[in-house]
Amino acid sequence: MSRSLLSLTFALLICASISFFGENFIASNFAYYYDILISIGVNIILATSLNLVNGYTGQFSLGHAGFMAIGAYASASWSNHLDPVIFGITGGSGNPIATNAAMFVSMFFAGILAAIAGFAVGVPSLRLKGDYLAIVTLGFGEIIRVAILNTDFLGASRGLSVAGTYTNLFWTFGSVVLCAYVVLSLVHSTYGRGFLTVRDDEVAAEAMGINTTKYKVVAFVVASFFAGVAGALYAHFKAFITPEGFNFFRSVDVVVIVILGGMGSTIGVAVAAVLLTILPEALRALAHTQFVPQAYQGLLENRLILYSLLLIVLMLTRPQGLFGDGTAFKKWFGRSRVN
Amino acid sequence: MDSLLQLNNCTIRFGGLTAVSNFSMEITKGELVGLIGPNGAGKTTVFNMVTGVYQPTEGEVLLAGERLNGLKPYAITGKGIARTFQNIRLFSSLTVFDNVRASFNLRLKHGPIHALTRGRAFLNEENDIEKRTLELLKIFNLDRLREVMCKSLPYGDQRRLEIVRALATQPKLLLLDEPAAGMTPTEKSNLMKLIEFVRETFDISVLLVEHDMRVVMGICKRIYVLDHGVKIAEGPPEEIRRNPKVIEAYLGEEPP
Repeated sequence: MSRSLLSLTFALLICASISFFGENFIASNFAYYYDILISIGVNIILATSLNLVNGYTGQFSLGHAGFMAIGAYASASWSNHLDPVIFGITGGSGNPIATNAAMFVSMFFAGILAAIAGFAVGVPSLRLKGDYLAIVTLGFGEIIRVAILNTDFLGASRGLSVAGTYTNLFWTFGSVVLCAYVVLSLVHSTYGRGFLTVRDDEVAAEAMGINTTKYKVVAFVVASFFAGVAGALYAHFKAFITPEGFNFFRSVDVVVIVILGGMGSTIGVAVAAVLLTILPEALRALAHTQFVPQAYQGLLENRLILYSLLLIVLMLTRPQGLFGDGTAFKKWFGRSRVN
Repeated sequence: MDSLLQLNNCTIRFGGLTAVSNFSMEITKGELVGLIGPNGAGKTTVFNMVTGVYQPTEGEVLLAGERLNGLKPYAITGKGIARTFQNIRLFSSLTVFDNVRASFNLRLKHGPIHALTRGRAFLNEENDIEKRTLELLKIFNLDRLREVMCKSLPYGDQRRLEIVRALATQPKLLLLDEPAAGMTPTEKSNLMKLIEFVRETFDISVLLVEHDMRVVMGICKRIYVLDHGVKIAEGPPEEIRRNPKVIEAYLGEEPP
């Protein structure tokens, strides 16, 4: 086995053992922090997968929440309707092997469905560039949300209860590890250099024999798959999902994480996901201390105001993000490179 | 002599404008051919037609007898035509090494799934590509700069790297779009030696689009001259130099 596969197995084993020994302890004694921990995991998956599209391949997608919604609703429906069948065969939802198997299957189903959606959206829309692609993907995310809102089968605006809160530390951080592995090992290969050439110069990439459309679609499908997985984790953690949980602002949150971390840097984006998940919580805690006058509490608790400020400061001081090299950024906003 | 590239009566129209009209050209194996003409003559259009950026409105493009019409640029590169760009277009966020390595993508046997499973065959191919990239860089004396970001290379080295990158696609025909643009006289004579060297070492044909007469006359065995999208002359350099139509196109008509 190659070294990278060994480290993947090792990392998965660590996740499994932490989950096996520490899960109940953390979940019962530190329920609040447990909640944050799972959110961190979900956000890392969303951001590192989006980074493959927005960072490494240089395409501006604004519809990640849409794919997450597809994953969440797919896995929820799967669990609601098919888990009873599975449990009928394997013997009860009390059996940890049965519940974990059910979680795996519904997660995989969610990922595949989101990937199919990614393919269907990607093939026609990836010939668009920059802002145009952003608008199409944004529209797609809204279509998904509104479609769910009007589908009675999926609970419409009432929301949908999810049978079984199977999300645990293993599935969450196992998926984080897997997602990071997939993105990194794709990019760090001769094949994967193709993603970067698409970002740098599409015309030159085509002239060097690189099928740029295919690369964009591959990036989009892989990212959608993991957005779906993140949606499944989210659904099986919250146990109740509404279309509003996957609105435009969710997509923006993910894009902000990718920009802050540095487009095209998986480590940077993962760090930014941790920071930006903790930050609103930390500020909420800060807002309720004696140091903050009552009148300003709302200001600190509103993460959107804060994100805007953060982005402005970041753009002024470090436009390439915390860890990135700035190439993707220039492609998005640097008009001089448009041909 | 067996012909490698053939353009048969190619015409390109953009709306009402005929950019290239009824243009025929033939390049044989191992030949170094020049394509010249004043500004706006349609040289780059011919170039873009051969590489698939534009499709000919009429006529056909053949590579070793195979029709290239309707193929996408990357597919044409796959058939064996590589090019460089007039305004250098390297992959600016990649190192010198990765710029060349990316070109091996075309002949890659493994795909994204193999990149994930990292099997023995995959690793062997990656090692092989690394070795061949280094060999190529060594031939052009760029191996000591392999970890340098390509945008920080000096101009001449960037031009050379573009040629190396094109060669990594293992072409039968190399198209050079004004490689001497912006070069000093010394750099130009080095470039001439380099083009000759590339043609001999890699056993390929070269089509050179160039403004600089000294370069074209110096190394090309045969020259095509375009003016206003029409071929006005064709032949060895000495003939072209004396051809009254060429002189007229470049210097204007003699006053009566």
